[in-house]
Amino acid sequence: MTAAVTTAPATVRVRRSQRSTRVGAPLLGLAVLVLAFLPFVAYTTVTSTLVTFFILLIMATMWNLLAGFAGLVSVGQQAYVGLGAYAVLWMSDLGVQPFLGVFLAAVVCAVIAIPTSLLAFRLRGDYFAVGTWVIAEAYRLVVVRSDALGGGSGRSLTTLSELDQTLREAGTYWTALTMVVACVVGSYLLLRSRLGLALTAVRDNEVAARSVGVDVTRAKRIVYLVSAAGCGAAGGLLLVSTLNVRPDSVFSVQWSAYMIFIVVIGGIGHIEGALVGSVVFFALQQALADYGSWYLVLVGLVAIAAALWLRGGLWGALSRRTGIRLFPIGYRVDRPS
Amino acid sequence: MDWVNALVQGILLGGLYALFACGLSLLFGVMRIVNLAHGDLAVLAAFLAYATATVTGVSALWATVVVVPVFAVLGYLVHRGLLERSLAAGPLATLLVTFGLSIVVQNLLLESFSADSRTLDVGSLVSASLRITDDISVSYLAVLTFLLAAGVLVGLQLFLSRTQLGRIVRATSDDPEAATLVGADSRHVYGIATALAFATVALAGLMFAMRSSFDPNIGPSRLIFAFEAVVIGGLGSLWGTFVGGIVLGLAQTVAAQIDPALTLLAGHLLFLAVLAFRPQGLLPARSM
Repeated sequence: MTAAVTTAPATVRVRRSQRSTRVGAPLLGLAVLVLAFLPFVAYTTVTSTLVTFFILLIMATMWNLLAGFAGLVSVGQQAYVGLGAYAVLWMSDLGVQPFLGVFLAAVVCAVIAIPTSLLAFRLRGDYFAVGTWVIAEAYRLVVVRSDALGGGSGRSLTTLSELDQTLREAGTYWTALTMVVACVVGSYLLLRSRLGLALTAVRDNEVAARSVGVDVTRAKRIVYLVSAAGCGAAGGLLLVSTLNVRPDSVFSVQWSAYMIFIVVIGGIGHIEGALVGSVVFFALQQALADYGSWYLVLVGLVAIAAALWLRGGLWGALSRRTGIRLFPIGYRVDRPS
Repeated sequence: MDWVNALVQGILLGGLYALFACGLSLLFGVMRIVNLAHGDLAVLAAFLAYATATVTGVSALWATVVVVPVFAVLGYLVHRGLLERSLAAGPLATLLVTFGLSIVVQNLLLESFSADSRTLDVGSLVSASLRITDDISVSYLAVLTFLLAAGVLVGLQLFLSRTQLGRIVRATSDDPEAATLVGADSRHVYGIATALAFATVALAGLMFAMRSSFDPNIGPSRLIFAFEAVVIGGLGSLWGTFVGGIVLGLAQTVAAQIDPALTLLAGHLLFLAVLAFRPQGLLPARSM
């Protein structure tokens, strides 16, 4: 018995990273560098398309954090998309530069999420999902009542129009890229921390996690706040890239549909899943752009199929087959043969 | 007198919300799931009746007689084909599947019927009303909806509490494995519950479509009203759902009396207030 315990550390290695991580991480870093230089060499159509993609990726990463790791399936994250957009608009009226406003909008949304979570967390599971949706509707109706923010028909962001168009597009692009990196790396670090361990424990068995002292509600609330901040930034980016905001579209449940479909197809509970899902979703959206909303029908059917038959999504299947992990958040036990 | 009128109209509107909500309440009570496609199914029923009435030339009232049973069958098939699998795949899967279904139905309707508003033509019934005093008159359609809601809820309650099949449904809901051991087929039982939920939501969609215009995008707001009625009334309680629907209808019409722009917000705020101060709802369930 004692022999087994003393010899165990010598034969078993516990580690996080593996070869795919050590190869993949520098490649991802390189890709971000290349993307950062893009505005100097590419047309603005390319960068503005990428901004749209980045916004989707941010939202999907945030929803994945919420649903895939904290088990909080929300259909109401559009609340923060909308509030983020309006926060940038409101702050620009006060003289805050809109690119800076995007970062501040994230903070504003996290603050608003604190009282919101007190209400929303009274509901569990399926009821949490619809409850958050009702809360998003309530925020939309409150915003619509403000004439200063343009009421029901929305308003334009005028302070950015003074900038030269090329500079504006580049600024938007860099802001979006910064937010993407912040959201993905932020989620990764968050999930590797003590909190990530707590979330894993909660996911596997909530009662057992509570009994060993995990503060479940606190862990979930932190994730909810982070997710609200990310979605707020995404909303701010929407405003900065389109220079226009309408309450009906920015608070639309379609954002939740996008987030959910992307993550379910890409792989819920895998950071890489949001990335893969965003690429697939964005490609389908662009390819079927001439066919109205048929792409949503198609994506919806694929998502239903993925939820039923491919539960880890595309990335889950790939990772299971090949063992590739770009963002290792768990530990691997290797036993040298 | 305006206020009395608002109260009367609110109660009648509440009947419609209760009718929308009873399918949601039933599915939650029996299977502990929320069908996110609930509102879009109501709209689908309305379009089905619209298409039936347009193609065959029969009155929309007769189309109802066709659409409701079709929806019951559809409900059974959706359960056996989709929900059953998703229940086995975990609680997350059901939400994702019904949400996917919601978006698919919504966009299919959008592509086949366009975003134009339509109404179900029920002839003179839509404008006929009963004058109670000089200021208060109630539309026959609203009264009919209210009575239907009451009838459906009483019927469901009696079905669950008095019939053999209802007892099996309750037993399966309490403990699927034990119920299976004594001979209940849980998949069939859940299928029946889904069929009932689909039939009632079709009825609600049709009653709604007869009194106001509808388009493919209104499904989500129907789901939200139904959901609010269920939570305000108390989860898993059919009587609570009826009361919740009426309270929601009252809140909306009374707020509209103050400022029409407040109608929806008042309902949402009432819902949030119930969450904050009485999360178990007005009439919490003992058991179904």
